[in-house]
Amino acid sequence: MISLYYFGAISLILIGMYAVLVKRNLLKMLVGLSIMETGVNLLLISIGYVSNRTAPILSEGATPQNTVDPIPQALVLTAIVIGVATTALALTVVINLYSKYKTLDVEEIRRLRG
Amino acid sequence: MVKRILAIIMLLIVGFWMANALSGVPFGEDKMLVGKYYLENVKEQTGAVNAVTAVVVNYRGFDTLGEVTVLFIASTGVGALLWRKKKERTAKSEGSVVLRTGSRILLPFIMLFGAYIFIHGHLTPGGGFPGGATIATAFLMLYLAFKDYEIEHKVFEPIEGLAGVGYVTVGLIGLAIGSYFLFDWIWQTWGWGHENIGRLLSAGFIPIIYTLIGIKVGTELTGIVDNMVREEVKGND
Repeated sequence: MISLYYFGAISLILIGMYAVLVKRNLLKMLVGLSIMETGVNLLLISIGYVSNRTAPILSEGATPQNTVDPIPQALVLTAIVIGVATTALALTVVINLYSKYKTLDVEEIRRLRG
Repeated sequence: MVKRILAIIMLLIVGFWMANALSGVPFGEDKMLVGKYYLENVKEQTGAVNAVTAVVVNYRGFDTLGEVTVLFIASTGVGALLWRKKKERTAKSEGSVVLRTGSRILLPFIMLFGAYIFIHGHLTPGGGFPGGATIATAFLMLYLAFKDYEIEHKVFEPIEGLAGVGYVTVGLIGLAIGSYFLFDWIWQTWGWGHENIGRLLSAGFIPIIYTLIGIKVGTELTGIVDNMVREEVKGND
């Protein structure tokens, strides 16, 4: 049996992947990508968690012996920022596609290209 | 329909494979290797109480510089892809009275909160990236509330550049004083703030770098919002 947190993270990744694979609207595919990203972040954070320990801020009674792993949290901090940047860039491409083809349907866009 | 069934079958395979791989990773057990070293030495080596911030800015400061570069390239890409000869606000109507009054009242407090987040990055959860995003939210609110509002481009773009240059300069001073790029000269060479670990004036260059990152992220995200909100005007002028 895998833990509930891993199960939730895998479910989020699969939901996002389903949207990317099946949906035809580009904006919905981007929403799917964002959900996948959330799932990956949750997976990293839950791998770094240690039971009954507190956040890795060493004040008010927290010692190195009772805090969780700081490295996955630092990684996820990076990943969230990069996620925002890539989402903004992808949305920009979608804006340009829409102003050129007047549609967001991926199959229509492919047909227009010939 | 066939496509949907194929997608679901593929997702089941991928999901089973991932669950199978993760069943070998115990949840909630101590798996720390490098993390233990960081946690045990973070106070003496960096002066920061928040170990995550110390890892991001001090131990892995060069990676964070790369991350800021990625954000900068993305914002430049947004600007380049949405470049038009003449862009203006095209909103037809102002925001409602509630939105306008609320944004006027809340604006200074949101800015203050963002600044608080990135100045206290070495003491509390948060840091430059969330703080900058909070500040960008304040400007997004102004864009939503007022139909003619635009940021001062002549002020924002130099500030963004100067913050990036400041980060590299702090790193280069470390290279000159110590032995490597982004050496923490304030903490290790000058020894400032050793007596007040856990208070604001400690942790060497972490508050300085996080303030620079906060300003840079805030102006960059505001620039992205500005590029997306303003639209091309097709006038015959």
